[in-house]
Amino acid sequence: MVQLVNTVDTPHEVDRESAVPVNKAENRSLYASREAIHPKAAHGRFRRFKWAMVVILLGIYYVAPWLRWTRPGDAPDQAILIDMANRRFYFFFIEIWPQEFYYIAGLLIMAGVGLFLVTSLFGRAWCGYACPQTVWTDLYVWVESKIEGDRNARIRLDAAPWSVSKLSRRSFKMLVWLLIAIATGGFWVFYFADAPTLFRELVTGEAPSVAYFTIAILTATTFTFAGFMREQVCTYMCPWPRIQGAMLDEESLIVTYNAWRGEPRHSGRKKAEAQGLKIGDCVDCNACVAVCPMGIDIRDGNQLECINCALCIDACDAVMDKIGKPRGLINYTTADLYAANVAGKNEHWNWRHLIRPRTIIYFTAWAGVGLAMLFSITHRTQLDVNVVADRNPLYVTLSDGAIRNGYTIKILNKRQQPRTFRLSIDKLSGATMEMVGDSGAKGTSFDIAVEPDKLKAVKIYVSTDEHDIIKHEHTRFEFKVEELSPKGDVPAETATYDALFHGPDDKE
Amino acid sequence: MATNIEKDEVSGTPTTGHVWDGIRELNTPLPKWWLYTFYGCILFAIGYTIAYPAWPLPGGATQGILGWSSRGQLQQQMDAAAAAQKDTVDKIAAMNVNDILKDPKLLAFAQAGGAAAFKVNCVPCHGAGAAGGKGYPNLNDDDWLWGGTPDAIYTTLQHGIRYADDPSTRDSQMPNFGIDGILTPDQIDQVANYVMTLSGETADAGKAETGKQIFADNCAACHNPDGKGNREFGAPNLSDKLWLYGGGIDNVKAQVTKPHMGVMPAWTKRLDDATIKELAIYVHSLGGGEAPAAQ
Repeated sequence: MVQLVNTVDTPHEVDRESAVPVNKAENRSLYASREAIHPKAAHGRFRRFKWAMVVILLGIYYVAPWLRWTRPGDAPDQAILIDMANRRFYFFFIEIWPQEFYYIAGLLIMAGVGLFLVTSLFGRAWCGYACPQTVWTDLYVWVESKIEGDRNARIRLDAAPWSVSKLSRRSFKMLVWLLIAIATGGFWVFYFADAPTLFRELVTGEAPSVAYFTIAILTATTFTFAGFMREQVCTYMCPWPRIQGAMLDEESLIVTYNAWRGEPRHSGRKKAEAQGLKIGDCVDCNACVAVCPMGIDIRDGNQLECINCALCIDACDAVMDKIGKPRGLINYTTADLYAANVAGKNEHWNWRHLIRPRTIIYFTAWAGVGLAMLFSITHRTQLDVNVVADRNPLYVTLSDGAIRNGYTIKILNKRQQPRTFRLSIDKLSGATMEMVGDSGAKGTSFDIAVEPDKLKAVKIYVSTDEHDIIKHEHTRFEFKVEELSPKGDVPAETATYDALFHGPDDKE
Repeated sequence: MATNIEKDEVSGTPTTGHVWDGIRELNTPLPKWWLYTFYGCILFAIGYTIAYPAWPLPGGATQGILGWSSRGQLQQQMDAAAAAQKDTVDKIAAMNVNDILKDPKLLAFAQAGGAAAFKVNCVPCHGAGAAGGKGYPNLNDDDWLWGGTPDAIYTTLQHGIRYADDPSTRDSQMPNFGIDGILTPDQIDQVANYVMTLSGETADAGKAETGKQIFADNCAACHNPDGKGNREFGAPNLSDKLWLYGGGIDNVKAQVTKPHMGVMPAWTKRLDDATIKELAIYVHSLGGGEAPAAQ
């Protein structure tokens, strides 16, 4: 991690008090209690952006499962649905089968590389604005401030002895939190089943127990993490802050206290000016500390706990406006620019800092995976053929000396209409096929009907007594699957599958 | 406790005194909730070992107060599966094999059940792929010693082959032409050459000519004058390309001199009727099964 150390000299020597620290490090416990953090409400452009993110992200979370999308046939009409029972994933016009799980893998790769890209550009933007932990904590703190008041009122309430008023405020807050937590867990399950149906079942008590169980777990984690653990989750439980240290570099935009401008800090400005002391822009008002949801002092430099939410920027800008100094004592800047300014150069950030080898590589990888997926999803067929050859025995000698191989042929019809396919073999001379099972049909091609959105598996025996073929260890040939008379204006799809015909190895 | 604890200059955190490559380890206090979570896990673990089988003792592990065991759980699952399958299994037990073939659902069930029973009971001799081996028939092909209709396979499974404990077992015996002195080694050579010609293999034409009469006198009663065998006696078809005890003149001569005769157990002693029917249907479905005789 880039470690910013405030390199500017501390204020002048003052008289030394003769005091003994009660909590001397040597006597300190190996275990630390959490000290409650009561962030003061911030106002400004980053706070507005954060509210917008809260509204948008929660909006998506709560609304998405209710969006309808009409699909033909028996397919569900929910726009976004992870249908575990039938092993399908629906996303608007896209339907993904388990065989196409690589799309999910691709999305995860994009999410991962995208996170690297954003982090190397803007530091921990994910942590500050988009992480569910941040979003729900914001919501919980907002509820808390509406019921118990802002920072000072909450600190007073914390310290106050238990009374009817304190108890009722606390219980009301917990109740609202609990309702939000239940809604959080409750909406999660709607992504996995038809939302209106499941909602009715949940209310009437007919939903499957796994739904209630999932809701209970997510309710408990939401209530605990957003209500009580908050910054502890980020600092102690989440691995991401540690990984982020490796993602940041000297040109990443991170929330920074510009010590070269602020120090030496001084609270009694006018008096100090009158005395002719050298003073920085920081008036030591602690506004940046009061609004910090992580409970840190940004003036100590870049720290593991900092989620880059920029609320301290809002707080400090308001103070700078008030005392008539330029904004940006605390701002988004890079370690390089900070160092340059410390060295006395007056350098400012511009968008060109975003373009550098690291971000170009991340972006290329991200866009590459995205384009590959886009190409593949627009060019994918609605027909898939898989052939599994019998492996034990590889071949069977028949009484007339012919050789027989067995194959299981799986035809996937991904359309929502019934379709018929003609299965035939190519490049295997003298071969005949036999359909195993009730029909027992023999011939060189079969017509196979496949139900809508279903996989049909047929077992086929292929036999030949062609001397050249059966005396070879294996011979390459093809299974051909052609669609017959497709409905509507869609073109007929075909697929071929390379297969091997095994025979006795004649070399022995 | 150490009295002089060094502090890290940058963070102000006390250090443990451990240094690696100049990097000093900070002594950051653990959060209390972490400690309590740890204690909670220990309590849970203790409760878990009381509730479930855990502590190994002489004479067996503690049983746990819930009475759970993996064997018991398996038994429950097996019982549940058996209960769920009971109707179908009863139906299979009550039907004749040919009728089961006509019901696609029962057929699929029987094939799957037969495949499972095959793995447990038949694989040691017939192999995992039912391809057999020398002396053990390949069940995938279209050559059957005792018949390849579902009924014939069912009978073979029920009563076995040359199985002494079952009076209705399929039985037959090929004479020891060589070691009992019925035929001289020369005669065996001649008849073996004749047998090779039956399936179009190369053979000594002169010996085969003499062997033809020896075959008619000694072998045709069971193997038929044309060598196509006889399923009444499980006498193999000598005119096809498949050889139970190996092809080639040497193997044929050995078999005539001192015949191998395979034995198969009668499965009624070990398996219930429904399972035997499932096995018959599975074996019939392996690729060489013959159509049921017209009723």
